[in-house]
Amino acid sequence: MKFRAKIIDVGCLNHFTRVVNTVSRLTKACVLRLTCDHLYFVLSGRVASGGVSMWCELSQGNFFDEFQLEGVSADANEILLEVAPENLSRALKTAQNAKSVKIKLTKKSSACLTLAAELPSLSSVSRVVTHDIPVDVIPRRLWHDFREPQMPDFDVSIYLPPLKTLKSVVDRMKNLSNSLVLEANLNGEMNLKIDTDLVSVTTHFKDLGNPPWGDDGSQSSSAHRDPELMTEVCVDIRKLQQFLTGQQVHPSRAMCNIVDRRILHLIFLHEDVSLQYFIPALA
Amino acid sequence: MDCVATGGNVKVLAKAIHSLSRIGEELYLESVEDGLALRSVNSSRSAFACFLLSPLFFQRYQAPADHSFRCKMPIKSVQAVFKSLASLDRSVEKCRIQLNSEKSRLTITLHCKHGLLKTHNLSFQDCESLQAVFDKESCANVLQAQPRLMVDTVLHFPPSLEEVNLSVSSDRVWLRNHVEDGADSLRAMMTELCLSSEEFDHFSVGSQTSVTFCLKELRGLLVFADSSGLPVSMYFDEPGSPVILSVADSVLEANFVLATLSEDSHPKNHVNSDTKHPDTEQPPDDFMSDDMDSFLIAMESSELPGPSHVPTSPPRPTNNRKHSYIEEEEDEQALADGPPNKKFCSLFFGSVLPTPSQLPNQTMPSQEVLASDSEDENQTETS
Repeated sequence: MKFRAKIIDVGCLNHFTRVVNTVSRLTKACVLRLTCDHLYFVLSGRVASGGVSMWCELSQGNFFDEFQLEGVSADANEILLEVAPENLSRALKTAQNAKSVKIKLTKKSSACLTLAAELPSLSSVSRVVTHDIPVDVIPRRLWHDFREPQMPDFDVSIYLPPLKTLKSVVDRMKNLSNSLVLEANLNGEMNLKIDTDLVSVTTHFKDLGNPPWGDDGSQSSSAHRDPELMTEVCVDIRKLQQFLTGQQVHPSRAMCNIVDRRILHLIFLHEDVSLQYFIPALA
Repeated sequence: MDCVATGGNVKVLAKAIHSLSRIGEELYLESVEDGLALRSVNSSRSAFACFLLSPLFFQRYQAPADHSFRCKMPIKSVQAVFKSLASLDRSVEKCRIQLNSEKSRLTITLHCKHGLLKTHNLSFQDCESLQAVFDKESCANVLQAQPRLMVDTVLHFPPSLEEVNLSVSSDRVWLRNHVEDGADSLRAMMTELCLSSEEFDHFSVGSQTSVTFCLKELRGLLVFADSSGLPVSMYFDEPGSPVILSVADSVLEANFVLATLSEDSHPKNHVNSDTKHPDTEQPPDDFMSDDMDSFLIAMESSELPGPSHVPTSPPRPTNNRKHSYIEEEEDEQALADGPPNKKFCSLFFGSVLPTPSQLPNQTMPSQEVLASDSEDENQTETS
């Protein structure tokens, strides 16, 4: 098992850092899945994480100048590592104006992801900062937990309102209630509702637009659906807020899919990064 | 005693006090031959700092009549006088420090713009002279660098990092975070910064050495040096001997003395990073050297779900200070229960500071006193 990659471009480095920072704000531990073409940060929904799951996909070619991988075996040419993204984030933070950053899978007293950055210095010899981030190699028999999540059979898919607005609404609602109901329809309308003994607040958004999913199976049930009909899901407001607050990469597309009363599936797309976040409905 | 500091020196005085506050809870003030000494020490006696202000630092300097005035006071009270550096800059024109021995009060008067006077009367306690024993000239290794270099280096380590290890070879300097042994040591992120000797203004290394000391206490000096622009000199010897950092200009000298971990052999934080031995250059980037296969086989053949067992490796040097290494392997468990704060050798002090619970002449059991009490006529003054 070998892994070695290098980033030379400052823009790529900053972009990669922002993605890692976003992931580090969403979870304390996740799985880094490495394949020849992609990197994935995966959080599989468990009781420990409150049932949320995350799938963040990066196309390696858009970040790394060099990328060499030899997976576990020829037919399973991947490496899965459990890592604390905050460590990766801290390491990248000190490498901000590096001439080059190399990431390697190494073996110290345990398996590590070693990040070595060549920094500008006052002399002819560059400064080198090396971070050894401890990782756990995930054995093959556990890989099934970290497969790409299937697109849920959603009832409504809708583009989100401007993130800044959405975030400020959710921030204020968080002070009043622990749970929030998000409902939307195929007519581009979305409502955020909280309802407590003392107060009920609803924020209405309209003209948001619905993504055209085309002919894939998920849409078939919605084809006959009344566009005015709202579908809703009630989620823990803190999880939604955590997701919105952590965003450091401004997405070119932000949308969500709702499975009636079951799952809120948020999708943020950027040119070379996609982030999916699943928040289960409150019981 | 009557001293007056004016202009920019008021801010320098304030910064010195803030630096000292990073070390200990009390400020020791003493009038010495060369001027006014402001000192502090931490509770475990493993860090000491002294700012010596020469009479030329002051617009007016009148030493106390008996020439051996010394006192101590809670540093927080003095910090309160110089609270806001920005407002000191803007409005304080001069600062006057006077001793009122009848009432045991130190009066600090800030003369501000528009004739405003802020007077602070601080009570103080008598004390013994606080002077750590150290000798910069006898240190085998001396480095000097611009403060920016030190500050940039330290940035790579998280602010919460306690201890850092400094290793030098003939042309390189390595700074690493030091991780205590324990359950967390295998899971901790290790950071290492490697600098070339060329980045230093002065680089004189007697022999390849590695010392470990507390970074937190040092940050006070770095902030002071960075704002003053003065180069920082570092003096150190073998592990166990204190490391001394100093900044100086014509009217001021600051010395920060930090105890280092004493170990019988060089601590190698990365016990298995054979490629990072201070002797050798960084290994060529060889993809082939990262062979995880054998590691993976060893891991998968165990019944545990993840690599929770670690391939056997030589034991890391424990953080025990005074016992010989021969006992350590077996006694690791016992030693782990040792008092967590007494890890560093206490610095050697010239005299003993009486604590309320002790008789004035009793030495503290954990302290080794190299020089006798300051009352001794024959003692020569160390810097």
